[in-house]
Amino acid sequence: MSGVIIVWAVTIAQIFLVGAMACALLRLARGPRAQDRVLGFDALYVAAMLLVLTIGIRTGSTIYFEAALVISLLGFVSTVALAKFLMRGEVIE
Amino acid sequence: MNPFADLPVWVALIVGFFLILGSGLTLLGAIGLVRFESFYQRVHAPTLGTTWGAGGILLASMICFSALQSRPVMHEVLIAIFIVVTTPVSLMLLVRAVLYRDRIEGSGDVPSFEPTRDASQEAQPPHGKA
Repeated sequence: MSGVIIVWAVTIAQIFLVGAMACALLRLARGPRAQDRVLGFDALYVAAMLLVLTIGIRTGSTIYFEAALVISLLGFVSTVALAKFLMRGEVIE
Repeated sequence: MNPFADLPVWVALIVGFFLILGSGLTLLGAIGLVRFESFYQRVHAPTLGTTWGAGGILLASMICFSALQSRPVMHEVLIAIFIVVTTPVSLMLLVRAVLYRDRIEGSGDVPSFEPTRDASQEAQPPHGKA
């Protein structure tokens, strides 16, 4: 019983998160200016990190936690670098 | 079959509730990202996914692994703290960069540079020597 509940909840959550990633990807492809693409990328990596966490819940292994941590770290660094690039035209001055 | 078969039902219900809450809020934020009109409205929407979206899924993960391993599993707090600290920093940097770009281009929907106090003092005519 509880196995069925968790598997169905994880499946619905994964469908929602894939929908969120599709919306972020749409904004990333369509965004009128560069900042909209950066914002879409930011939402995209957050949704991807949450999707990796739900895969970890489904398989019951804690390996996926490290992958999610690495995704969130690299996503933060890349968003900051892209914002810096939009401000100055170069990343390292 | 799966490792969750011997969990109590109320734990499974709580885990499922937080999973669907978190992913549903993330989906709402992403739909807002597509549907809002201007950039300054759009920048608010994905923060729904980084506050309660990430919070709900991390809570579900913590509860699920704590029940599976029969001990408190707290390492998801690391991701939660990291997300909570880094999202305002990155979005503030992005919005300040965009505000700078809009002001340089002189578009009408953002306020222009305010004259600072030093600039107004420099603009005064210098005192002549009597």
